[in-house]
Amino acid sequence: MLIDYVGVKEINGSLIVIDGVKGVSNEEIVDIRLDNGTTRQGRVVQIEGERIVVQVFEGTRNISLVNTKTRLTGHPMEQSLSPEIIGRVLDGAGRPIDGLGEIFPDKKANINGTPINPVSRVYPTNFINTGISTIDTLMTLIRGQKLPIFSGSGMKHNDLAVQIVRQARITGATEDNFCVVFAAMGVQKDVAEYFRKSFEDSGVLSHVVMLLNLSNDPIIERTLTPRCALTIAEYLAFDLDMHVLVIMTDMTSYAEALREFSSSKGEIPGRKGYPGYLYSDLASLYERAGMIKGHEGSVTQIPILTMPNDDITHPIPDLTGYITEGQITLDRSLQGQGYYPPVSVLPSLSRLMKDGIGEGFTRADHQPLANQLFASYARVIDARSLAAVIGEEELSPIDKKYMEFGKQFETRFVNQGFDEDRDITESLDLGWELLSTLPRSELDRVDDELLDKYYKG
Amino acid sequence: MNNNVIFGINGPVITVKGPTDFKMMEMVHVGRENLVGEIIGVTDEYTTIQVYEETTGLRPGDPVTGTGNPMNVLLGPGILDNIFDGIERPLKAIEEENGAFINRGSQVNALDETKEWDVTLKVKEGDIVKGGQIYATLPETQIIEHRLMVPPLLSGEVVEVKPDGEYKLFDTIVKIKDEYGTEHSLTLCQQWPIRTSRPITQRLSTSVPLITGQRVIDTMFPIAKGGAAAIPGGFGTGKTMTQHQLAKWCDADIIVYVGCGERGNEMSQVLDEFSQLIDPKSDRPMTDRTVLIANTSNMPVAAREASIYTGITLAEYYRDMGYDVAIMADSTSRWAEALREISGRLEEMPAEEGFPAYLPSRLAEFYERAGRVETLSGDNGSVSIIGAVSPQGSDFSEPVTQNTKRFTRCFWALDKALAYARHYPAINWMNSYSEYFNDIDPWFNEQLGEEFVEYRTRISALLQEENKLMEIVKLIGSDVLPDDQKLVIETAKVIRVGFLQQNAFHKDDTFVPLEKQMNMMKVILKLYDRSKDVVAQEIPISKLIALGLFDKLTKMKYDIPNDKPEMFDAYIEEIDKKIDEILY
Repeated sequence: MLIDYVGVKEINGSLIVIDGVKGVSNEEIVDIRLDNGTTRQGRVVQIEGERIVVQVFEGTRNISLVNTKTRLTGHPMEQSLSPEIIGRVLDGAGRPIDGLGEIFPDKKANINGTPINPVSRVYPTNFINTGISTIDTLMTLIRGQKLPIFSGSGMKHNDLAVQIVRQARITGATEDNFCVVFAAMGVQKDVAEYFRKSFEDSGVLSHVVMLLNLSNDPIIERTLTPRCALTIAEYLAFDLDMHVLVIMTDMTSYAEALREFSSSKGEIPGRKGYPGYLYSDLASLYERAGMIKGHEGSVTQIPILTMPNDDITHPIPDLTGYITEGQITLDRSLQGQGYYPPVSVLPSLSRLMKDGIGEGFTRADHQPLANQLFASYARVIDARSLAAVIGEEELSPIDKKYMEFGKQFETRFVNQGFDEDRDITESLDLGWELLSTLPRSELDRVDDELLDKYYKG
Repeated sequence: MNNNVIFGINGPVITVKGPTDFKMMEMVHVGRENLVGEIIGVTDEYTTIQVYEETTGLRPGDPVTGTGNPMNVLLGPGILDNIFDGIERPLKAIEEENGAFINRGSQVNALDETKEWDVTLKVKEGDIVKGGQIYATLPETQIIEHRLMVPPLLSGEVVEVKPDGEYKLFDTIVKIKDEYGTEHSLTLCQQWPIRTSRPITQRLSTSVPLITGQRVIDTMFPIAKGGAAAIPGGFGTGKTMTQHQLAKWCDADIIVYVGCGERGNEMSQVLDEFSQLIDPKSDRPMTDRTVLIANTSNMPVAAREASIYTGITLAEYYRDMGYDVAIMADSTSRWAEALREISGRLEEMPAEEGFPAYLPSRLAEFYERAGRVETLSGDNGSVSIIGAVSPQGSDFSEPVTQNTKRFTRCFWALDKALAYARHYPAINWMNSYSEYFNDIDPWFNEQLGEEFVEYRTRISALLQEENKLMEIVKLIGSDVLPDDQKLVIETAKVIRVGFLQQNAFHKDDTFVPLEKQMNMMKVILKLYDRSKDVVAQEIPISKLIALGLFDKLTKMKYDIPNDKPEMFDAYIEEIDKKIDEILY
């Protein structure tokens, strides 16, 4: 029995309140028909007896108290899934917008997903060679990891993401079982176009699923975009056994959409006005990366977020860092000096790195070398701050050596071309070459055996 | 009676209209799928319930049924070597039933009821038993004997005893008659409400340290068995790493590891690592003495709130058997956030940063369940709590860190700058503290001689002095310092890199026995004392450094195996010899 509920009780931001509704279930999707013939979709977010609160994805513009008819669909928000989805362009709510017609679903899945049982997870240990020295050597990306890029407006995070997609060599992935799910949330049209063009140029476009919620698209739809994207990714990885790389940009816009929704619902705000459940909400996205026992496929996430005012303690990067397995932090001053990719090495980290590198994966000296590079570069920063006070001339000879090492490290190791694909061996050897400019006694994180083998000073 | 139905739904919080006969904190089943929930508010108009599972698809009008009991956990053999979610559902069994994703309403018993245990009875007919008394034992794993105890609130006369043999979880093995003549059957398991601490005879003083094999902890900021410690630190500073190290190496009998709102991949790492890791004391996999509680960040938030209590209740149960238990809670901030989230849904008046005003009292309730005690059966046992705190924006002035500080006596502050330089464990020696010195120093004096405490005091004084000198160095460089101060800086560098920093992936350095820790301090201080002689002779310090002794000591943690303490004597001789050479 389908009942149309005529009119609404209350409109507040993107929320409408309808009274007298029977048989509704929590999180159910409703169809809203306006009397001008257009339809919208909404989701039940709160129930109080027969009074329900509905979040309208396309916004409430033009809705009045009397001009709508609402119908319950009887199911929660679902994404249509089929192998044909690869290569398609979808809107922020997972509906095709490339003019190629509807997706005929093999399967429909609730976009909220269900948590992976920790017992069923496979601990990720397969190294992904990105061909970027800083990432491969110092914050290695692992298959099944979630490793965000912390950036700021105007920095080259998009180029970096594109370069990673183009160069990534995943163990076990071939032409046929590798694909990219790209979710754009609140990005400008030309940024989305840049990604599309880059994917096309590097020949991966036929392996990409794009979900586009542009900056002028409805904000509430934005809260669905990553969920649809990850539902697609999980389907590709765990039903079709593919290796999926998920790029989500920009998580900051997503969190802001969530804040807007929360405040219109009248919820008690937490830090900086973001809802108290921001952590759980972000976790419900990021935790959908990984690998599962008995399945070939994997979901690797690279979320991109622009830190407001480059502030890493802002709630969005802060909470993200607590959930993800490390982060790649970009630095404005490095970019200002013309270095690309402007990866700020010290605050960057990959938590899964230690078990995916070394003997049998990359090379036995990888971890000690990385430790030593971190430690030595941290000394460079100390030396620089001292030089800023007393002048470079007054530095002790050893500090001067560090200054030189720092310079070399940035121009040769951090800096590399947008098209330059460095093999891991090449990156590691370069690391040793740079360390060899320092006196051997300064290298206290490496044991003598390795020094004998690699130290050339 | 059974006409309680759902009225309102808001996230994980649902309401039932009208007066009900539910009790506060009673466990209920919600909806057709029997989701687990708990009563958190009762008025004559509404009853409020928090649901421990996803509420998508629940409808008004769906039934709510009470169980009559508060949130319970089942206590019995089979807890060890197992992994549970926040409300003690076994994740391995759920996997077998549902596959890789966790569905709702899983009705799986917490413990395996089909497995037969080899039970030895410890009572006979006619015995008078009281609460907490051990009535039977069984080998739960190869290293841990499980002791079945009379439920704490029960006592009476044994009227029936089964012979020794194989029994299943719910088999009755003993019957007792209480003072009112009612008969009670004792099986291999019992229930206990998670929010109530289990009774004890009395608290004992915390006079024995929990040895962790981590130098910065054992030497500088030790924790007592039965103590509570907090590890605060921003992301990437190594909270989880430190927790893992402690879980692997600390000398507790039983480890309860609560992954509260943390990463799924991390939990699978713990599972992998612990089952491969062999406990040096017993030659058995670490999992034989470990229970894991995994409520990852994407699992329902209300169960995250409960997971901490589930963990501590399991810990207390093993404490009552007379074991030393350590519980790692990673992270208590996620738990506090779960409190905040639920409090927000209830539209309670927020206090600081949106956290509910009862945050401090909840934290206190949790940390107060740590302690070294005399159990009801007259044994000694302890629960030590090590709670990680994830301060927002790495700012230690936020409410969870500040309140935790009030209820723990050990504070291991993790430092971003140290972590950036990959100095692990990144415990900052200036901000951290331990208040257990007075309690456990007598133990150190007895076991290792009085030197241990003396060395520690001197090492810590050197670090303090270095910190002061570094202020100057940061402004004008180290060249202008007089040689005796340069010596302090050089020595402190050896302490920092050679002693405080510890490599968790090195076979010897991952766990260092107390004796080696003491010898390392001894050698470092020896070098410092002898170097002072050199400086006093106005011999330039560069000549001293050229001897290579400082570098050698920095690497002694790797060069001297844990089982070769005699090698330290050679180091002392070498120091004397080389320094004598430049002196005379």
